[in-house]
Amino acid sequence: MSILLSIVDVYKQYGDKVVLDNIDLRVRQGEFCTVVGPSGCGKSTLLRLILGQETPTQGSIEINRKPAQLPDTNRGIVYQRYSLFPNRTVLENVVLGKTLTEGRWWDPFYRNKFHLEEALYYLNRVRLADAANKYPHELSGGMQQRVAIAQALIMKPPILLMDEPFGALDPDTRADLQLYLLELWEKEGLTIFFVTHDMHEACFLGTRLLVLSQYYSDDRGAGDSANRGGKIVADHVLSRKATSAEVMQDSRFQQLIQQIRQEGFDPEHLQHAKDFNLDHPDSFQTLLASEHKDAS
Amino acid sequence: MKKPQIFGLFAEPGRWQRIAFALLPFVLMVLVYLYFSDVRLAENPNDKLLPSFTQMAEAMERLAFKPSKRTGDYLFWNDTLASLQRIAIGLSLATLAALIFGINMGAFNGLFALGNPFLTFIAMIPPLALLPVLLIAFGIGEVGKVALIFIGTFPIMTRDMALSIRAFPREQIVKAKTLGASDLAVVYKILLPQMMPRLITALRLSIGSAWLFLIAAEAIAAQEGLGYRIFLVRRYLSMDVIIPYVMWITLLGFLMDYGLRLLLRWRYRWYLKG
Ligand SMILES: Nc1ncnc2c1ncn2[C@@H]1O[C@H](COP(=O)(O)OP(=O)(O)O)[C@@H](O)[C@H]1O
Ligand SMILES: [Mg+2]
Repeated sequence: MSILLSIVDVYKQYGDKVVLDNIDLRVRQGEFCTVVGPSGCGKSTLLRLILGQETPTQGSIEINRKPAQLPDTNRGIVYQRYSLFPNRTVLENVVLGKTLTEGRWWDPFYRNKFHLEEALYYLNRVRLADAANKYPHELSGGMQQRVAIAQALIMKPPILLMDEPFGALDPDTRADLQLYLLELWEKEGLTIFFVTHDMHEACFLGTRLLVLSQYYSDDRGAGDSANRGGKIVADHVLSRKATSAEVMQDSRFQQLIQQIRQEGFDPEHLQHAKDFNLDHPDSFQTLLASEHKDAS
Repeated sequence: MKKPQIFGLFAEPGRWQRIAFALLPFVLMVLVYLYFSDVRLAENPNDKLLPSFTQMAEAMERLAFKPSKRTGDYLFWNDTLASLQRIAIGLSLATLAALIFGINMGAFNGLFALGNPFLTFIAMIPPLALLPVLLIAFGIGEVGKVALIFIGTFPIMTRDMALSIRAFPREQIVKAKTLGASDLAVVYKILLPQMMPRLITALRLSIGSAWLFLIAAEAIAAQEGLGYRIFLVRRYLSMDVIIPYVMWITLLGFLMDYGLRLLLRWRYRWYLKG
């Protein structure tokens, strides 16, 4: 499978505050890439950069070897909230992308049988065909997120971005949706970039797990004066054996959680940038001389 | 435990209690009026200040159901029609303008930079101060009155539209773009439909000031209209006409507001529930 997403030397600054600090990342097609990290480390910022909602202060982001543009059909997105249009029924929400791209969007009476059938197909995939004519406010949080997934999938985006999509759901619904998503990923051959702050979720879902964190050290000096931003401090290959929640009880799973907690979530445990655990074969890192003196 | 029905923070008045409570101030007002009207009329049967209900009914019958001797028109209905027409045209134009300008200004940052300072300035002009200007410019015909209503209500509605679009979750716009929407589609397919209930709410809030401007314009220059009549008969101290007219204007305003509320409930449930 080819490289779909390529991020090289990307920085993002808000005012003087560096949020993302020299990020390098390649993601292969078909990957289920999860990103985990403490709150405020820049996960959503990274996702917004890939989405094109914001531009990097420096560095390049490419999707399918073309520089990332403003948001378009090359990326799908599911947010934690606001993914659905509250004034449209479930079916209208799902079919909207088709109408916008292949139909006459300016015609309020436009209906296309094939588009509607396709929308129903995707609603069936997320098992919500019964709710087709309901409005989002009439659905539970879990159902809303399933609609949001169907709404994104109908566009067959090369990469599906998700920002804590299950963050607002109760644990049972959340577990259900995780399984749903895995099933969809497998059957539809999706490439997913999934941001969460929940280590269990990230380990359970991903084929590849990135830890983004501001807790690390390098040769730019100690303390806050260095104005360090979030970096990918670990990049794990995850083997996918079972698509059931039972793996979470597994001891190797528990070990991995412990390891990630240390790598990314422990402000006391500062790993040097040169020693990051970047196991994944697609992983690469270009440190500046200031970050790692011996490198140059 | 039973919740208290009337007193306290946790009171839950029942349906009939609420209706009774709502009616109570009205009934009191009528009773107080009747009492003082009776007292004054007992002292002086020709007193004009607080006419009895019978006197008001007679005056209204004359205006509503007997053709005027001078023109042969039914004055009350003529006045009503003239005023409603002015309000309807003025408010419709203002609403339409608010929708078009507000949405585009709110959505496109360039247009916002262009229009917002000017609009903020315009909104500060007291519309009534412009009334003489309008009368000089447009004469005493319909245009001046409609223009006053428009100028008095349009800036605030437009600003409300523009600002609420700018407070709109950015995610929805990005989402629409990922679904293949063009910029125009975002504005007219995504934002506009979601702004409609908001516009209706802004319109509801403008009805009161629209009547204010209308009455003021009619008082100064008109040949017919509810405001014109009130200020005309003022010379004869005809409270028996003025009071029913004021009640009628109030009722019309209330019905317009109520109609829009029904429209919101009928067409925009998602807005009220979401
Ligand atoms: N538009 C913005 N302007 C200024 N600071 C921002 C903006 N967006 C995010 N930040 C800051 O960037 C940091 C990372 O934010 P975010 O990417 O949302 O973190 P995460 O999603 O990992 O919790 C936070 O400290 C936040 O305050
Ligand atoms: Mg976030």
